[in-house]
Amino acid sequence: MHRTGSLYGQFKTLEQQKDTATLGMWIFLVTEVMFFGGIMLAYTINRHTYFHAFAVGSNTLSLPLGGFNTVVLLASSFTMAMAVWSAQSGKKQLISIFLTLTILLGFVFFGVKYVEYAQKFHHHLVPGKNFDISYCVDNPSKCEDISAADLERERGEIEEAKAADPNLNAHAQLYYSAYFGMTGLHALHMVIGAGLLLWLLKGSLAGQFTAEWNNPVDIVGLYWHFVDIVWIYLFPLLYLIDRHK
Amino acid sequence: MPEKHYLNATYGIRSWLLTTDHKRIALLYLASVTLFFFIGGFFAMMIRLHLLTPNGYLLSADTYNRMFTMHGVAMIFFFLIPSIPAVMGNFLIPLMIGAKDLAFPKINLLSWYVYVVGGMFTLWSMVNGGLDTGWTFYTPLSTVYSNSAVAPAVVGVFITGFSSILTGLNFLVTIHTMRAPGMTWFRLPLFVWAHYATSIVMILGTPVVAITLGLAGMERLFGLGFFNPAMGGDPILFQHLFWFYSHPAVYIMILPAMGVISELIPTFARKKLFGYHFVAAASLAIAVIGFLVWTHHMFVTGQSTYAAVAFSFLTFLVAIPSAVKTFNWTATLFGGSISFDTPMLYAFGFLGLFLVGGLTGLFLGSLGTDINIHDTYFVVAHFHYIMVGGAVMGYLGGLHFWWPKITGRMYPEWLARIAAFILFIGFNFTFFPQFILGIMGMPRRYHVYPPEFQIYNVMSTAGASILAVGYLLPMVYLTWAAFYGKVAGENPWPATGLEWKTQSPPLTENFEVTPVVTWEAYDFHNRPDLGLDVPGGHGPRIVAPAHGDD
Repeated sequence: MHRTGSLYGQFKTLEQQKDTATLGMWIFLVTEVMFFGGIMLAYTINRHTYFHAFAVGSNTLSLPLGGFNTVVLLASSFTMAMAVWSAQSGKKQLISIFLTLTILLGFVFFGVKYVEYAQKFHHHLVPGKNFDISYCVDNPSKCEDISAADLERERGEIEEAKAADPNLNAHAQLYYSAYFGMTGLHALHMVIGAGLLLWLLKGSLAGQFTAEWNNPVDIVGLYWHFVDIVWIYLFPLLYLIDRHK
Repeated sequence: MPEKHYLNATYGIRSWLLTTDHKRIALLYLASVTLFFFIGGFFAMMIRLHLLTPNGYLLSADTYNRMFTMHGVAMIFFFLIPSIPAVMGNFLIPLMIGAKDLAFPKINLLSWYVYVVGGMFTLWSMVNGGLDTGWTFYTPLSTVYSNSAVAPAVVGVFITGFSSILTGLNFLVTIHTMRAPGMTWFRLPLFVWAHYATSIVMILGTPVVAITLGLAGMERLFGLGFFNPAMGGDPILFQHLFWFYSHPAVYIMILPAMGVISELIPTFARKKLFGYHFVAAASLAIAVIGFLVWTHHMFVTGQSTYAAVAFSFLTFLVAIPSAVKTFNWTATLFGGSISFDTPMLYAFGFLGLFLVGGLTGLFLGSLGTDINIHDTYFVVAHFHYIMVGGAVMGYLGGLHFWWPKITGRMYPEWLARIAAFILFIGFNFTFFPQFILGIMGMPRRYHVYPPEFQIYNVMSTAGASILAVGYLLPMVYLTWAAFYGKVAGENPWPATGLEWKTQSPPLTENFEVTPVVTWEAYDFHNRPDLGLDVPGGHGPRIVAPAHGDD
């Protein structure tokens, strides 16, 4: 099939093409819901069975970093929505500006995620042979980035949880399996999203998107918002399990 | 032969590997699924040869485990699931609805490449020692204990899943948005309805098995723990998630075959399909209820008895739409003007074998019986009656039926009829004794058995050899026919679908002008363009034979 202008050969009208692409993206998002649904089921069952381990694990995450990233992603959804709006109203320069902002916010998210992941590696909180939920509590000198007060709180929580769940260390690994599995998948989707945004940016800099034809912006926007919503679920599920103490 | 068509529109390897024409992509799929069919078939022959003697002289126990595992993996993930949808669905759906192509031609090509990459990972696993976990990849065997090449196979199946998702997505969108003027939902051929239902299963089920195998793979490679009892994880959770896809996957295999049968029977009975709306609705009902029966694979895992009762009941429920279809096909034959061309022979074969396979499924779905015969050869026989007797019969029937459309040439009719008979006989010889073995208590997946089971195993192995001939024959003569067969013309049968209202083989853009549909599906009475002598109103009496060969 050959491309004539922006209408692909298999379609009769631009409208049909737009409907088709939009329906395709929505159906793709349905598959994504099922995809994340599987791991969320695994999370839910294990959180129910090993609540203490999940609470302890959750409290080792950094609320400021996670909270900051949530704000960053919400902001990126806003800039994405603005990019779509700019495209629909034919403001060609604004599209590129908002797409650039969205990409930058995405990279801020990656940066913070890198800091968080690195901490977990240093603190022996990656599932595997060296996993040790008490590592920082036992070796405060190796975890100088955690304040003494926080370590003290953590020690108390771990002792309390161990009384309820003698196999805490194994079960905390399940929490971290969920953490790395879910945030890793989410990050992978972010990487794909960033690639799509760069592709859009290339198109918008070339002036491809007009008020009449801007469907790629629209459907990449759908994808980006979906990835954002996944994080809106992940944040409370992973960071806020038992913070009320 | 028409002067210009999709096969000679462009030449060269690039014009095939970079094609976005759904018909060429279908042929790419045809070549690749055939390759995997023969790989899987090779493993099947090894299994049957090994089981010729009670002590199994041919293979070691370990090798035997690898043989049946790789047979299952190749056949299920790389042949049965893509076979009818990706080959025939791909080729026919745009033609049947009067479109120029699928909605997303590039994604269609991408799905084939994804399939190939997944297939390569799996082949890598196979030549790298193979895997021995069973096609079900049960944890913790697959994640902790197996010493075979599990990781590349899991990665391969994971990747191939996305090919299935993309195909399903493409079909759903295409059927929604690309229908020709006048092609209303209830004028769609039932082949299209069947693929619509199949696509729903593909897009809702496949992501779940993808994440499940993804987690299992990460467990094996990086030590995640969801399915590892040593960490407090739950292997049963793996089974739930696995079967949540893999039971509906059975419907991914059988629904398209049912779609083929729904085309064959009206065509060769020269009669409107009985109860069109019911057959269409039955496809959707199978897709929906099919998602609610998965734990009948797990009746002996110690799940809650109440859950087991509910799932047993739902399993009976899913048999109803299948029965509706079977009755409707049979009712279509009544008063029809039946001709026994090869595709129709496959349709009859399907009816008989699917009936046996379906009814024995009820034995397995009822709790008490299942405890007795689970994990025996009864199960093996049951699902081979569905998957080989049902899905592969449908596949071959469809391949014969549409071969004139795909290649523009007829296959040799008498040779094809003989092959269909050989297949039917070989199939029953192979698998019927396995029902008896199962009832006698021979467990599946064992490499040795007590001597009193030998006679049935010998019968089964003998049958498998006949079956192999039945599969090789069509491959040879269909390939021959593609080049040297008699020129078929636009509509050799004749059949009523839109795909028969364009030249054979079709143009790259399918139709010279977008067709406008003014008739109902399978309406032989009101189709003077078919040239049939069908008196209106009171059902067909005498009509022309199917084609000049008789």
